[in-house]
This record gives sequence, structure tokens and C-alpha cells, in this order.
Amino acid sequence: MVKNKNGNDGFRHIIQAVWTLITNAYIIGFIRGKIYQGKIKNVCVPGLNCYSCPGAVASCPIGALQAVIGSYEYKFSFYIAGFFIIIGTLMGRFVCGYLCPFGLFQDLLNKIPLKFKINSFKYDKILRYLKYCILIIFVILMPIFITDIIGQGFPWFCKLICPAGTLEGGLPLVALNDAMKSAVGFLYGWKCFILIAVVILSVIIYRPFCKYVCPLGAIYSLFNPISAFKYRINTDKCINCNMCANICKMGCNPVENPNSMECIRCGKCRSICPEEAIEYTFFNSHKNR
Amino acid sequence: MHLKDKGSALTAVMLLAGFLFLFIGIYRGESIIVFEKAVNICLECIGIG
Repeated sequence: MVKNKNGNDGFRHIIQAVWTLITNAYIIGFIRGKIYQGKIKNVCVPGLNCYSCPGAVASCPIGALQAVIGSYEYKFSFYIAGFFIIIGTLMGRFVCGYLCPFGLFQDLLNKIPLKFKINSFKYDKILRYLKYCILIIFVILMPIFITDIIGQGFPWFCKLICPAGTLEGGLPLVALNDAMKSAVGFLYGWKCFILIAVVILSVIIYRPFCKYVCPLGAIYSLFNPISAFKYRINTDKCINCNMCANICKMGCNPVENPNSMECIRCGKCRSICPEEAIEYTFFNSHKNR
Repeated sequence: MHLKDKGSALTAVMLLAGFLFLFIGIYRGESIIVFEKAVNICLECIGIG
């Protein structure tokens, strides 16, 4: 049976787009150049969505984590740790595949037709560990230990790296707000440079930010093997044709490890499988197609 | 215990732990810190601060 190699991409992109609109529904913010200040901003969204995006109606979990552990009062955040445990235990990196606006952004960029696309390269496997280093150094250690005189840390990942903040917050706010425009300096240039690099790389490599940099993906990846939402291979059906491994843009082999830490649950492998041997379970209750 | 049941038990324990952490965090006032950070433009996030 010949199957569509794009599989459920259309459906997935609709979910991603709808979720992006829901979580950035404060449209008036884009007109006024201001951000939403309502009460639900103490709640986090599962994906990487800057809370300084004019449309954002809730908080970015990575920004929120740095805000709490960088405060002079607390050096551990039960609130955000609990949030990660709940979301991670329920979904794992399904969030990356379906509920992350910056993931959608990279997905769309990678659809730009280009002859020169890279699926894997020499240091791909080693570079995957970079996101864990970034999580530990920029998101946890630096906000805790590099503080000002009152013990207040900075959100170093947001400040030095996060291209989602530049895209969703920096660009629209600087474009719409004169005060912001006048404050632009070297740091803004640096963050724009990172964003441009991510944009170019996303056209060539599938989701480079998610694979190598994203600390949120790093956190959720730890839950992939134990999350309630899982893939499993029906060995009675599997014919070891390797089509699933060949189609996977995250470099996973579902037959070897259906719950790899790199799997973002995009479902391409399930769609391409000629024998429908890749099934998913939720709380161990088996689901087919 | 069957492997499948062990998996379900682990998921249940993790979820309970997650909610417990979440409520401890709210009780400690961490959600207020998140709120205060999120309702003001984060200059670091947008590359200005």
C-alpha cells in the first residue's frame, strides 16, 4: 500500500495553528504594542510561547521557571516543577509536535522547497545533548547563582538565547512601541542574529532549535519513555520495512525505540507504516488508527 | 505486578506528585511571582534589558 509521506501533517498543522491562536488571542496587543495583563497570566502554556508576545494570554514555562528560581525568595520552583511533571507525564514531547508555536514556525520554514536539505550529519547525535547543557546552565544554574546585590537573578536563557522571545515579543514590540525602538542595542542585534540563524537552519534542517537547543524539549524528553501517551510497535504486524525510521525527521527509529526521547509524536511514522503496526496508547489503553 | 500495571502506577504517582508540587508552589506564592513577571514586558526576553 502506497501512503502519503506527509501523513497527518495537515491535521497537525491545523491543531498547531489553532493552539497558537488560542494562546495568543490578545489581538489588541498587536495593535497597541502592549502585552496582556489579565489574571490568567499566572498560568503557563505547555509550549515555548514568550509572555512578552503582545498576544500571549498566558506564561512561558521556561521564562516562569527562571523568574521563580531567579527571585531572591526561592531557589526551587514547586509550581513550575509540578507543571512540568503533570504535562510531561500526560503527554511527553507530544507538546513539541502539537502545542508549541515555535515548533509550528520551524515546521513551516522547513516546508520551503530547497534541494539542499540535511537529515543527519556527523555531529548530530552529540549535538542533541546540547539542549540538556543549555537547560542546566542557562535556565537553572545561571539564574540561581548570577544575581544582583539583592539576590535577584536574570532569565539568562531568555536574555541571551531564546529566538522565540525575539520573534514573538521583540520584533512586534520594537516595531509598534517607540520607547522600545529607542532602547534597541547590541543585545537586540545579537538576538536577531540568533533568530535569523534559526530561520535559515530551519529551512535546511528539520527543527534545529528543538533538536539541539530547546530546554523545554529537553525537559519533556525526559518524560517521553514514561508518559501516559505512548507509541508501541505491534510486532505481529511489523514487517521491519524501515519506512518509519526513514521518514522520521527527528532521526528516531520507532521499531528500535517507539518512545525515544527525541520523538515529538508528529505521527509521520504511524501514517507511513504500510501494516499499521505503530499504535498509540493513553494510560495503557490501546488505541488503533 | 504486571509490567503494564507498574507503568500505570508510575504514571499515577507522577501525576499525584505533579499536582502536589503545583499546589505547594501556589501555597508558597510562586504563581504570584510568575504573574508579576508575565504582566510586565520582559526586557531580557525581547532583547533590550
